[in-house]
Amino acid sequence: MSWEVVIGLEVHVQANTKTKAFCGCSTAFGAEPNTQTCPVCLGMPGQLPVLNREAVDKSVLTGLAINAEINLESKFDRKNYFYPDLPKGYQISQFPLPLVEGGHLMIPTAEGEKRIGVTRIHMEEDAGKSMHADTGNVSHIDLNRSGVPLMEIVSEPDMRSADEAVAYLKQLHQLVRFLDVSGADMEKGQFRCDANVSVRHPGEPLGTRAELKNLNSFRFIKQAIEFEVIRQIEIIEDGGKVVQETRLWDSARGESRSMRSKEETHDYRDFPEPDLPPLRLSKQEVDSIRAGMPELPGQMRVRFEEEFGLSAYDADVLTTSRELAAYYEDLVAAVPEDPKRAANWLANELLGRLKERSEDITASPIGPKQLAGLIKRIADNTISGKIAKDVLDAMLESGQGADAIIEKRGLKQITDSSAIDAIIQQVMSDNSDQVEQYRAGKDRLMGFFVGQVMQATRGKANPGLVNQRLKVLLKG
Amino acid sequence: MDIDVRKVAELARIRLTDKEADALGPQLNNILGYVDSLQQLDTSGIEPTAHPHDAAMPLRADAVTNTNRRDELQASAPKVEAGLYVVPKVIE
Repeated sequence: MSWEVVIGLEVHVQANTKTKAFCGCSTAFGAEPNTQTCPVCLGMPGQLPVLNREAVDKSVLTGLAINAEINLESKFDRKNYFYPDLPKGYQISQFPLPLVEGGHLMIPTAEGEKRIGVTRIHMEEDAGKSMHADTGNVSHIDLNRSGVPLMEIVSEPDMRSADEAVAYLKQLHQLVRFLDVSGADMEKGQFRCDANVSVRHPGEPLGTRAELKNLNSFRFIKQAIEFEVIRQIEIIEDGGKVVQETRLWDSARGESRSMRSKEETHDYRDFPEPDLPPLRLSKQEVDSIRAGMPELPGQMRVRFEEEFGLSAYDADVLTTSRELAAYYEDLVAAVPEDPKRAANWLANELLGRLKERSEDITASPIGPKQLAGLIKRIADNTISGKIAKDVLDAMLESGQGADAIIEKRGLKQITDSSAIDAIIQQVMSDNSDQVEQYRAGKDRLMGFFVGQVMQATRGKANPGLVNQRLKVLLKG
Repeated sequence: MDIDVRKVAELARIRLTDKEADALGPQLNNILGYVDSLQQLDTSGIEPTAHPHDAAMPLRADAVTNTNRRDELQASAPKVEAGLYVVPKVIE
């Protein structure tokens, strides 16, 4: 009998505000431990939280972008548990009445687009960071992250494979980056995912789920879900029962282990946060946030195809990030006559080289104006596309502009046909045997002659012109 | 409703002697009994009260107003090492 996999995801997205959710402490990453804390985020008695407007606005914008309802009145609650990186003994979150409810994302699948429901987005605060020393019976606590604003984005159990889960996460990741509501850097913990996974036979009610935690890369998410599906199917087929539990993914061992039995100890005793009155927004406030909605990746992709004549593939690549799309638009503005060539040199040549250096477009030493300078020299036949690749390498190395490198290295293309003719004559007299064979009908020697001419000119001869002149002169 | 005072104490990390548990159990149950009688009121058509004050939440501008006061704030911590709070090992 076949099995159906059911996956729902909870994603914690750190809002990229300057300050924490409820106090004026900085959220800057990488500061010395505990230097960005105050009595509020340390949970000192008698302190009162005051909500950050920017965190609210970013959560609302995210809700609007997934076509969700914004609750004009929402409220905050306390989720109670004890852990040393949670100094108050509770986390401020939203339970019965979250800020955002009901939305969706469209994800690409092999069978076409699929709609994945989003149940809710609620605001909450992050905990601090615990580090467990290998020696000695102690843990170390850094509370710089304590109180940093999070959006918890909860999906419906709409995904049916690990691939669909990853597609949803990538879509969501791209969206929050475009909206500029989060840095969403997974390595910095700004975009974290928990997966609820269960299996059933198609048509049956939902099976018992396990919650997978510590999934901090797209690759681990896929591995962890696939591992979990096999684990659950094996348990059931052996006549056992899946227990509801939280499992921690161990990426080094490629397996998960049980953390704790969820129904036993997880009793968060939620109750309304007495320190915060309800959050009330006016329709005007929501409308003005909606008016500031930037162009979303899907819209931009379509525009790139229509406005610049790009292939669906190129449009897709160039809209993977806001920074890359902006780079492309700046590039096209500098070479408006050549949007396709610009796409090719950015998506294939520059990005490929940056990737080899483990860098992305934001770290590119070559700006859009400089890359445009190179493309112009290809367009006006100063250099060939082949030489241009060497020039691009040199630009990356030296930080110099295309013109300076072409000038300094004497790479200017030979487009004077009398100069090319002279070189061809020389090649012909050096290779008289091949000339005879060619004239006797061995057409494929053409490639040999082109190669010889290019070698003699160190690649600088205009390839079109070389071909054209060779045909004429070889005829004799 | 009957409350398991031991479980509540464990969740709240409060250590109770048998004597205290015996005394507190009935007291908590009395309080819950009172809440039970409130539950019998017909509240349909009444908006749930999110907060006793009928005030909307004041919001703060997103500007850094706090400076580094680590030394002062850590002065009352039992143990500190290299700027980190030191606690008994906790790992699940």
